[in-house]
Parts: sequence; C-alpha cells; structure tokens
Amino acid sequence: MSFIVKLVAQRMALGILLLFAVSVLIFAGTQILPGDIAQAILGQSATPESLANLREQLGLNDPAYIRYFHWLGGVLTGDLGTAMSSGQDIATSIKGRLWNTLFLAFWAAVVAVPLAIILGLIAVRYRNGWVDKLISGLALASTSFPEFFIGYVLVYFFAVKWQIFPGISTVYDGMPFGERIQAIALPATALTLVVLAHMMRMTRAAILNVMQSAYVETAELKGLSAFNVIRKHAFPNAIAPIINVVMLNLAYLIVGVVVVEVIFVYPGMGQYLVDHVTKRDVPVVQAVGLIFAAVYISLNIIADIAAIVANPRLRHPK
Amino acid sequence: MLDIKRIPIPALIGIVLTTLFVLAAIFAPLIAPHGNGEIVGDVWEPMSAAHWLGTDNLGRDLLSRMIYGARITLFIAVLATALSFSLGAILGFSAAVFGGWFDTLLSRLVDLLMSIPTLIMALVVLSVLPTNLVTLILVMGILDSTRVYRLSRAVAVDINVMDYVEAAKLRGEGEAWIIFREILPNALSPLVSELGLRFIYAVLFLSTLSFLGLGVQPPDADWGGMVKENKDGIVFGIAAALIPAAAIAALAISVNLVADWVLNRTTDIKGGRGNG
Amino acid sequence: MADTLLDVRDLKIEATVYPPGEHPRKITIVDGVSLTLEKGRVLGLIGESGAGKSTIGLSSMAFGRGGVRITGGRVILNGRDILKAGRNGIRKLRGREVCYVAQSAAAAFNPAQRLMDQVVEAALKHGVANRAEAEKRAKALFRKLSLPDPDNIGKRYPHQVSGGQLQRVMTAMALCSEPDLIVFDEPTTALDVTTQIDVLAAIKDAIRDTGVAALYITHDLAVVAQVADDIVVLRHGKMVEKGTTYEIIKEPKQAYTQALVSVHHIGHEEKQPTTKPVLSVKNVTAGYGHGIVKVLKNVSVDIHPGQTLAVVGESGSGKSTLARAITGLLPPLQGEVIFEGRKLSNRLSERTKDDLRQLQMIYQMADVAMNPRQTVGTIIGRPLEFYFGMRGKQRDARVAELLDKIEMGKGFIDRYPAELSGGQKQRVCIARSLAAKPKLIVCDEVTSALDPLVAHGILELLLELQKEENVAYLFITHDLATVKSIADSIAVMYRGEVVRYGARTKVLTPPFDDYTDLLLSSVPEMEIGWLEKAIASARWRVRETNAVGWTRTRNSRFRPH
Repeated sequence: MSFIVKLVAQRMALGILLLFAVSVLIFAGTQILPGDIAQAILGQSATPESLANLREQLGLNDPAYIRYFHWLGGVLTGDLGTAMSSGQDIATSIKGRLWNTLFLAFWAAVVAVPLAIILGLIAVRYRNGWVDKLISGLALASTSFPEFFIGYVLVYFFAVKWQIFPGISTVYDGMPFGERIQAIALPATALTLVVLAHMMRMTRAAILNVMQSAYVETAELKGLSAFNVIRKHAFPNAIAPIINVVMLNLAYLIVGVVVVEVIFVYPGMGQYLVDHVTKRDVPVVQAVGLIFAAVYISLNIIADIAAIVANPRLRHPK
Repeated sequence: MLDIKRIPIPALIGIVLTTLFVLAAIFAPLIAPHGNGEIVGDVWEPMSAAHWLGTDNLGRDLLSRMIYGARITLFIAVLATALSFSLGAILGFSAAVFGGWFDTLLSRLVDLLMSIPTLIMALVVLSVLPTNLVTLILVMGILDSTRVYRLSRAVAVDINVMDYVEAAKLRGEGEAWIIFREILPNALSPLVSELGLRFIYAVLFLSTLSFLGLGVQPPDADWGGMVKENKDGIVFGIAAALIPAAAIAALAISVNLVADWVLNRTTDIKGGRGNG
Repeated sequence: MADTLLDVRDLKIEATVYPPGEHPRKITIVDGVSLTLEKGRVLGLIGESGAGKSTIGLSSMAFGRGGVRITGGRVILNGRDILKAGRNGIRKLRGREVCYVAQSAAAAFNPAQRLMDQVVEAALKHGVANRAEAEKRAKALFRKLSLPDPDNIGKRYPHQVSGGQLQRVMTAMALCSEPDLIVFDEPTTALDVTTQIDVLAAIKDAIRDTGVAALYITHDLAVVAQVADDIVVLRHGKMVEKGTTYEIIKEPKQAYTQALVSVHHIGHEEKQPTTKPVLSVKNVTAGYGHGIVKVLKNVSVDIHPGQTLAVVGESGSGKSTLARAITGLLPPLQGEVIFEGRKLSNRLSERTKDDLRQLQMIYQMADVAMNPRQTVGTIIGRPLEFYFGMRGKQRDARVAELLDKIEMGKGFIDRYPAELSGGQKQRVCIARSLAAKPKLIVCDEVTSALDPLVAHGILELLLELQKEENVAYLFITHDLATVKSIADSIAVMYRGEVVRYGARTKVLTPPFDDYTDLLLSSVPEMEIGWLEKAIASARWRVRETNAVGWTRTRNSRFRPH
C-alpha cells in the first residue's frame, strides 16, 4: 500500500511543480511585448506623466523576475492585486464570479457525465448498428460546431421562439435556487452539448477496449450471465479509464465555459476574463488565467491519480 | 487512379462543400453582389430577392459579407495552420531523429504549454499584444504547433525504431535518406489527416477569438466576428447571427469528412498485410 | 457409439471482414469439418495459422470470436445439439460441461481479481460446489499441477505470478468445475521451451488423473504427439487427415501431413572449422544504461567462412544483444569484434562502407523489416545502387537475378510488401542482404514468426545460398530443432553467457553441462512417449542432484525466484 501512496504523492508533487512553472509561463506571457507595456496599454496619445504613473503602478521600473516574485508572493497569500481599469481588489471581485462559474460547470457536469456514459454504453451495446452510427455521426458534427452556434441556436428556439427559458442568464446574490437553475438552464445545456460528444466517444472507446479483452471472453466462456460478466469483470476494469475520460473532459469544460458565459452574459469568471483582456487589464488577466490553469491542471492530476489508484498492478505490487 | 464513383457519399459531400467555400474565398470580389462595407438597406432586413440572406446590423448585404468573410476566415486559418504545421512537424521530426537534450528541452516546453488550455493562454498574451492579423496568425500558429509537434514526434519515434530504418542505418545510409526516404513517406498519412483536423481547429479558434472581440477587428469581419456583430438581433428573433455560425459548422464538418476519408484511404496501405 | 462425448458434423463457419476502404466481405473459416471425441480421450487439432483450429475448438462451446458465425453443421455434446440450445442452454454448458484454457493466460485473467475468486467462479456459478469445497478442490488442483505454495497462491493477483504458473492456474480453473471436456488452445506456445515441458507434463497428468476429455489445439506436431490419443490435421479450414497419434506420426497418408512430420529433417553435413574465422567475437561485454545492466558477459565465439554458427538460448539469454553488438548497433563496453583479421570499430558510425556491406542482417519480422512504401525492386535494388553504384538496366537485371535466386521471379519487382505472403517477405529480405555480396549474414530468429512448412522452405533456401555464395551465417534462434538441422557449430547462451560452445556434434553429444542438458531434454521430439521419458530422466537427475543441495523443482537452479 505504501508503494501506491508514494506514487500518488509523487504525482501531486509533480503537479505543484507544474503549477509553479505555469505561473511563470502566464507571467511571461504578459511580458512578451517587445516594446513598453504601458505605452501599448495607453496608446500613442498618452502623456509622459500618465505613462510614468502607469509604469510606477505596474512596477515596471523593477526587473521582470522581481515583479514575478512579488506577484507570486501575493498570489500565495491570497492577494491577487488590484484591477487597473476599476481600481477594485481582484480577489473580492472574483469571489462571487468563481462561485457562479463553478455552479454552472457543476450542473453541466451533472447532466453530461451520466448521459455520456449511458450513450457510450448504448453505442457499445449496438456496435456497428444504426444507433452506434447515429451517435458517432452526431459526435462528429458536434465537435465541428463552435460553442456560439450551439448557444445561439438554443437561445433562438428556447428563449425567443418558445420562450421557455431566459436567453440572458441574470443571477444575483440571494436568488432562490429554483430561479437560479432556470437561469442557467440554457448555458448549462450548451456546455453539456459541447463536451458530451467527445466524452461519449472516449467512453465508448474505453468500454470497447475492455469488452474486447481476453478476460471478458474467459468470463463469457464460464457461462456467466451478461450482467455478471459486466458487473464482475468488465466494470471494475473500465472504471479507471472512464474516470480518466470524465476528468479530461471536465478540464475541457473550463474552456467552453469562457465562451458560453459571454453568449449568455453570465456573470462568471469567463466573462470577467474576456472583459479585462479587451481592457488590457494585465493584473486581472494574470490572476484569472492562473486560476483557470490551476483548475485545469488539478483535474488532469486527479485523472492521473484515479488511473494509478484503480490499477491493480500498482495497487498490489509484486 | 482516383475513381469518383468509389468515393463514399459523405466524403463527396465534404469535397464539394469545401471546394465551394474555397472558390467563394478566392473569387470573393467577383461573386459578391455588393461591397464588403457597403450599406445597402435598413438594419436587419429579412431575406429577399434583392438580399438573399437579408442585411446585417448596419444594413450591409449579409451574403456579400459572408463571401468576404469566407475569404478572411480561410486566409487566416490557412496561414495559421501552415505555420503550426511546419513549425510543429519540423521540430517534432528533429526531436525524434536527433534526440538528446534538444528533444528533452523541446518536449518539456511543449508539455508546459499544453498544460494550459490554448484559449486561456491565447487570452493572456492577447491582453498585451497589439490586435492585428500578424499577431493573430502567430499566436494561433505557435500555440497550436504544440499538438503537431507531439504527433509528428510520436509518429517519427515509432517509425525510427522500425526494423527497416535500422536496416537502412546498418547499410550506412545518411540522415537525409533516412528522414526523407524511410521515415517521411510512412509518416505522411497520419500527418495529412492531422492537417485537416488542425485546419478545423484553426477555423474554430479564430471564430471564437473574433466572437470574443479579440480576433479580426471591424470593419473587416470573419465569420466569428459576424456572429458578434449580429448577436444582439437574436433576442428580437432575428437569425442573422446564426448564418455565419452555421457556415463555420458546415466548413468544419466538410473538412472533417474529407480528412476522415483520406485517413481511411491511406490506412489500407499502412496497415496492409499479405495473406501469408 | 455410446460413450461419444462430442460429435461435430459438417461444421461450417463464416466471418465478415471489414477491409478499410472496401466493402465488407464474407470469408469461410471452417469448411465442412467433422470429428468425434469419446469420453476421457484427448483429440489433437493441428494446423498452421489460418487453419481454423481455434475456431473449431470454440465452436464446441457455441462461441464465435469477433464476428465469427457458425453457419452450418451440428455440434453434438453429450447427445444434444448445442447450436440449438438457446442462450440459457449455452450458458449452462459453458464453464460446466466444457471449459477453456487460452494461449495467453496472462491476458485471460481479470487483472482486478484474485486468482482464487476466478478459479472457483464457474464452479460456484453452476452450483457444482459451495465456496469452501470449491476452494479446497482448487488447492488440490494447484498441488497436482505442481504450483508453488498451493495453499496461498490463490490469494495473489494475476500479475504477481509468472507466465508458466498462470498457464497452470488456468488449467486448474478449467478443471475446478469438473467438466466433461476442456479445450486447450495452444496452452504452451507462448512459453519458453524449458517452461513448456513442465506445463505440458502438468496438463497431461491432470487430464489422466481426472479422466476429462480434451481438445488440444496447437501448431506443433511434436507437442500434440505427447498428449493426444488421436489427431486431426487441418489446413485452410478443411480437414486433411485424421487418425490415431501413431498413425499420423508414423504412417501419415496425405502429402501435407507427411511434410509436417518430416519438417525438421534437413540433410546438412557438418563442416569442419577453418584456421581463419571470418568473424571473431572476443571477450565482449555489452549492456544498456551505461553498463548498469549487463546483458552480455565476456562472450567469445568464432564464425568460419561459408559456415553457420547457431546461437541458441531462451528469452533473456542475450542472443539478440550479441547480434546488436556485432553489427555495431550496441557498442560493446569491453572486448572486440574481429572481421577478417582486423578489428571492427565498435560504433556503427565509424565503420567503413565496405565493412557494412560485408556484414548484413535479416530480421525476425519481415513485415517491419521492409519499408511498406517501397517496392520489392527498390528494396532489393537499393544496396546495389548504394554499394556498387549500379543503375538502370544493370541494376534491374541484377534484381531479377536475385529474385530468381530466392525462387520468386522478376514478376515481383513492382509489388509492395503488403502484397506478399509471410514467406515471400522473408525471401525478399534475404535477397536484399545477398545483394550486398556479404561475407556474413546475421539471421535473428528469421524463421520463428513463420509456419513450420514455410520456415522449412526458408531454411533450405538459406543452406542452398550458403553453398552458392559461400556466405557465413550467425543464426540466432530459440528453436533447437532448427539448430540441429542447419548449424556447423553451436553456442548455447544462458543469462548473457556462453555456457557451451563448439562444433555441432560435440555440443549435442554428452556429457552435457546442466543448462544444455535441461534445454536439450526440453525440446519436444516427434515421438510418442517422449514426454514421459524426458520427465522421468529429469526426475532421476533431480533426485540425484538433490543430494548435492539442489531444491526440488527441476528448473529452480535456472530460475531462482
């Protein structure tokens, strides 16, 4: 057992290292401009005083690595800095939005994950039949659809033509749960559709891989019922790859959420990020970018750890 | 060599649609009934004989905008794909053949870049970079080249350990023969189908950036930008924004169908076995 | 007959194949095969790959693998047609009346469950025994099959047990529900030869002691001769011949069976070593990871002009590493390779073009040894162009000549490797190495991926070419039968060392060292009763050596874990 604890600890340490490397990358990403950032932000018409002010405010008079450590120290102590455009504390502005985004992503996942697994199972059950072909055709189509196509089609029909759900997802503090759910119905559906196809295709492949293995054949040749073959022999081995698929796709959901929030004018992290990219508000972009990257990396690490824990070869070493 | 009757229907549809899009892009000024920025009527006029697709948020002919939009969309996507592909393939192949510190360094860097979602990284750098076509193509090309790098490195590493490559090394062949005569011909078919996928990704990525207001800037517009321009009409039941969005989907699907077919057509040579 | 257990009549089996980019098409895998098996007897099904033997075996469980359909005939087990038994009827007989032992036990066990749970599963499911009884029976079977620590091995997971042991556990699993029939599908093919004999003996004892009937499927006639009472010879899905084991081995009637029986007999006169070897390996030590893992330890051998040195050993013996050290792919850590009296550079990149030309190589998998995008003409023509600067007509003429030499003809010049059969591919590889006019060809397991008759043809061709071209071979193999038929001298390798080396007759004549003795006595011979003799003499030897402190199992000295 200690062997696997060691492996998991290793993987987590590696993840933390990766997070630091990513923070360097994100910081560096905002420094790659060959000229002066302050000039770029304020434009050609800026006065020398305002330029000097901005430089001071951004700490541009220090070398880059000092600024990085300053920023990192802040992040580690929960101080994400101040937004240049509004002068507000970033951490405070983010709190409510982060919760909104997680709420949306959570409900999208609650619908998408079981649906993808069930559809994946159906595709395997009727493999090469018309159901399977239909499902993989839809999967191909939906990986080709941009998020906003799905989003606006939903708005056009459900909000405008049939008026079932609101087309703009307004939420506020203290909003009753039921209303909140109704508000996010369309963005959550859009997000679900965005990740569903991919998750289903990967689930299908993972299950198929197990169902075609020699040990499932052995179980069939013992005369076990189809249910028991799956319960005792296929499922315990398919669970790890499926968890892996789910985690990777939840990570993918992070990207989808940015666009979907903009479509539905939903007050979450994604919209906050896009707004401030347009305003060239570097401190906000750094902070929000880092949070997105951290969530993405964490989900990937969970996927890895799930695969390690579920692997009997690693769980019971020689 | 290529018999049209033997091409499966989905691939045929893909080829025809892709060709139409490309022709529209190339001959845009000749086909488009109106100029790109020309205001020809009221805001959001419905479809009519005069304006087949209606007019947009400023009263411009939507069909003409679509045709010019095809030009901008394809132009940027093709250049970004070309960049990501040449950069990724050359570096990936070199890493596989030369190995050593060069390989390690590049591979770790790519791992790092790929541990952040592409869109997020793009947003981070676009927050400081000037908004113009060159920036857009460079950012899209470089960020996406990581995927091409991984694939071409993996393919080349696989082929590099094949016995026929070893046989060539034992014969005393030089690096050029080994890369161009032994490895490249066998790496081509996975790379060609990847080319299609990368192109689709470039189209979708560009559209997303433009939709978010960070891609092509007005008055020019690619299809993603046109969605942004017309999205406010949706709540009034005006579907103008759905037309460019659907065009993006149609282009992506057609290229997907073609890429799928190319991959299937080439695997029979790659994985073919005699009946002995 | 009253005691007929299995009666297969006019069996027809089809499958649908999906070639990429083409329409699906039906192929016939088994075409009108009939056979019967009486209670308590063992029937061997023998044939090369594609003969349909596994498919027939699985049809006795009404099972078709991957899209295979039984389209005609009857399979009568215990007096009823199981093809008409319906889903529930079939489920009742699988794992109860008929059990299956797969070729790769490592893949056939569920990696997530303990062995014991899997061994008793069928017995519990079919109500043959309760849990305690079933486990007791399983432990008894483990003991009978000479598994180590029979009381506790069931607590392990599949990956914690070696391949030979897993194969025995799988046999115990089949026996545990006391079936009437067991289908053994190549149960020893994936094992090393010294492991194979133990597993084979264990299976044979278990069959005899329990009185179960068996279908024993294999491509190796010598193996099946040890366990089967009767044999059915199959080819391309049709039956060629059936008879008792004695009839098939001693009095085969069909030409195909006769060829199978005589496959190892190649007339080859042993040549005497010369004074000047073409290549000498002197005290070579080689390994991976900067010498941390030494795979070759102080190896010295000579190869004489126009002669064959066979290097024989099991997996992990270092024989392929020796080839890599000689060709320069893996520079030795110590020692040198002397070619025609001069030292060759250790590194491939430092050898001259002429050195490279003189030393050619042929691989085990002809499939991946040829670039699939080059035609046969390019593949054979390239060395001509590269070493001799031949071009155009001159080159084409020489390619045609080489194709004649390998008995294929110039019609193949424009073909791609994918269009060739396995044997033809290996022939093209031989032609490619001959094109360089080498003094020595390193042959790395060149026949082990081929069916016996095809392999036989390749060996005859190699010997023929040796006479014509006076080329020497370094012949690496795990197959002692091949060694006996073609070698002039032999080096036996074990764990990176040459444990026995010399002229063929000398190496194959007693007194032996322990390992060579074990290896030689483990190779199945096409002779009824060989297994009993081999095991008896091994037991005798083990008893004798026990006095000097060896442990009980006969292999333990060579597999200390």
